[in-house]
Amino acid sequence: MKIRKLSESESKIELQMTPMIDIVFQLLVFFIMTFKIVPQEGDFEIRMPLMAPSQSSNPESVLPLRIRLTQNPDGSLAGIAVNDQALRDFTELREFVISYMGDVGGPEAGREQVEVEIDADYGLHYEYVVRAITAVSGYRDKATGQIVKLVEKLKFAPPDQPPAQ
Amino acid sequence: MRIRKAGDSSVYEGDLTPMIDMTFQLIAFFMVLINFQQTEQYADVELPISELAQPPEEPLEYPITLNVTRRGTVVFGGRELSTFDQLRPYLVREAQVLRARKKPLSDATIVIRAHKTAKTGYIQELIQVCQDEGFDTFALRAKEQLE
Repeated sequence: MKIRKLSESESKIELQMTPMIDIVFQLLVFFIMTFKIVPQEGDFEIRMPLMAPSQSSNPESVLPLRIRLTQNPDGSLAGIAVNDQALRDFTELREFVISYMGDVGGPEAGREQVEVEIDADYGLHYEYVVRAITAVSGYRDKATGQIVKLVEKLKFAPPDQPPAQ
Repeated sequence: MRIRKAGDSSVYEGDLTPMIDMTFQLIAFFMVLINFQQTEQYADVELPISELAQPPEEPLEYPITLNVTRRGTVVFGGRELSTFDQLRPYLVREAQVLRARKKPLSDATIVIRAHKTAKTGYIQELIQVCQDEGFDTFALRAKEQLE
């Protein structure tokens, strides 16, 4: 270790930057390594008070849509039907809902009146239900990037019995 | 600015100030971006993707988060519960907390974070269990679709 002479003490005091820079770079490397872009999460709100299965959660809803989702044995989606009308995919489901809401007086009136009940097979993978909810809840306008809302009142039909093991 | 004398024989020192400034800026940037909320979430659950999934504009008043795993179990407060009967006491306790605060149960939102391959019927049964305990507001959580 270098021993300073007494006469050198008059010169300016130099801070030891090396340890600080070491630790600062350690921190920087830590944060860079742990940084991960996490997609944001969002919610679909469903209001379902306890009631008789046939009762609507909203007495003002006069136009229920019943979406039936059936499953393959492996839990994948086998078919979609709205009020017993078979549809090909979720895009067609969205178009059906847009057209249906147009018939009842436009999106504003439709949001107030239309209620969707989702009736899915017990073993259907949950992601298909979320895709169905997405299709009926709205869509993102490709031109503006804004979300156009469709049906807001959603509920589930009473669950099927689980298949016998 | 200090002007060195021509006869100054000391070693040349690089100016570290801009580098340290920049490094601290970077550290601050990464620290701010760390999402601490993710620590409350159960990493084993892979949420379904939805183009409409957006974070709520204002935080939920009283969220109760239930994670549903692909194995058909519920994770609540870090505990993995394999039957609904194990979950009920926790829901009863949450309801008691709300009643003690003189708030209606409708103020609470049951946030369901279910794995994308979880069985739909299981989630419907979970909703029924929550309804039995008096909860009626639910939020099905999905992950934002990245472009």
